[in-house]
Amino acid sequence: MQHSIVRTTDVKKSFQLGKHQLEVLKGISLTISTGRYISIMGPSGSGKSTLFNMIGGLDKPTSGKVFIDEVDIAQLDAYELAWLRCRKIGYIFQTFNLIPVMTALENVTLPMTFGGTGNDEAVERGMGLLKQVGLETRFSHKPSELSGGQQQRVAVARALANDPAIILADEPTGNLDLTTGEEIIDLLKQMSSDRGVTIISATHDFKMLNVSDEVIWIRDGRIDKIEKREELNISVGTIDER
Amino acid sequence: MERLPPLPLSKSIEIAYKSIKVRFFRSLITTTSLVLAVAFLCYIQVCNNLANALFLTGEPTALQALVKAGFDITPQTTAIGEDAKQQWIVVLSLLVCVVGIVNAQLMAVTERFREIGTMKCLGALDRVVLLLFLIEAAMQGFVGATTGALLGCVSGILSSLSSLGTALFDSFPLQTLLLTMLKATLTGCLLSLVGVIYPAIKAARMEPVEAMRVEQ
Repeated sequence: MQHSIVRTTDVKKSFQLGKHQLEVLKGISLTISTGRYISIMGPSGSGKSTLFNMIGGLDKPTSGKVFIDEVDIAQLDAYELAWLRCRKIGYIFQTFNLIPVMTALENVTLPMTFGGTGNDEAVERGMGLLKQVGLETRFSHKPSELSGGQQQRVAVARALANDPAIILADEPTGNLDLTTGEEIIDLLKQMSSDRGVTIISATHDFKMLNVSDEVIWIRDGRIDKIEKREELNISVGTIDER
Repeated sequence: MERLPPLPLSKSIEIAYKSIKVRFFRSLITTTSLVLAVAFLCYIQVCNNLANALFLTGEPTALQALVKAGFDITPQTTAIGEDAKQQWIVVLSLLVCVVGIVNAQLMAVTERFREIGTMKCLGALDRVVLLLFLIEAAMQGFVGATTGALLGCVSGILSSLSSLGTALFDSFPLQTLLLTMLKATLTGCLLSLVGVIYPAIKAARMEPVEAMRVEQ
């Protein structure tokens, strides 16, 4: 049994919509071990993104607990939570979410700045990361001067800025065309195997399945099933028919 | 769990400066109302300063010029200052200016929802976001108020020159004028900060997940 980096116990989340109480997550318990590439799959409205936000410490569960590295994140104060978001977790978003007024390099070094890294070191490491994602020549470009795929590459570099233990990717290929999406998936996979980063991605992109170590299917706020890679290979033929 | 070190002030200033520079025209609009209000405040006061200096010379020709320019001078008058009506107009113009700044800054915060949320995801504390907005407002306030004070002073001198004549320069109250400009500049900076407090708190308190939910 490997060390578990993320663990949730019976996480529930409800939203108040007018007079209605909408229960989006109905008790999710899962354990994710270090260094794995996990995909969370499920139709829209299944609670995938909500679960994702819980794991990322972006939102608090109504009941149940989320542990990151065996620390209950509900117990953290603002400074510790900021540290968690800054150093422990790297986020990748569907809409890239680069800071539009900063250059690619500044975007990558921003988390380092927040984390207290000095300027020279941040620039050096930032250039190294941009080189890894193949954008070292475009470091001075603003996000508006980059293509979608390039922006997402910058976002991957930014997510890796503080050497996080976990990368959370919310539909990282959702706004990209087929080939660019594949490039980003390959890049994530490579980062996962090179650096031993745990990658958790919410997606409905079936291309993701090929690289995942484990797929968690969410349906209607519950875990439908968890498939390991070995089991996946057997059912690959039927996936498209779901 | 470790805690995040505070962001050095120089870094915050650098980020705020870049943000203003990139959004130059946007900042210009926010600042314009401040420039105009401070210019108006400074203009009224500079005119009064000049008239008062002229009045204090006690020269009969100077008094004549003042009466001709529309100042109420009776034997009881000891100094020329702002009358109640002028004070009202100045206060109203400053009030309108603050409301304008609040409005413009709220728009700026809304425009930057996603950016603020992203920064929070990357580890920005509430106070970092708050500080960024305050620093931006202070910079805009300083530049805007200085411009406004200069503008108001120059136009005040020109307008007094046309109504009171060149006798003005015999009693030119340089020190008083500089003091007036300084006061107007400080008032402007203060207004800019007052105007940004609510929008900045709103930005700082925002949950990162809310920012992510906003559609572009």
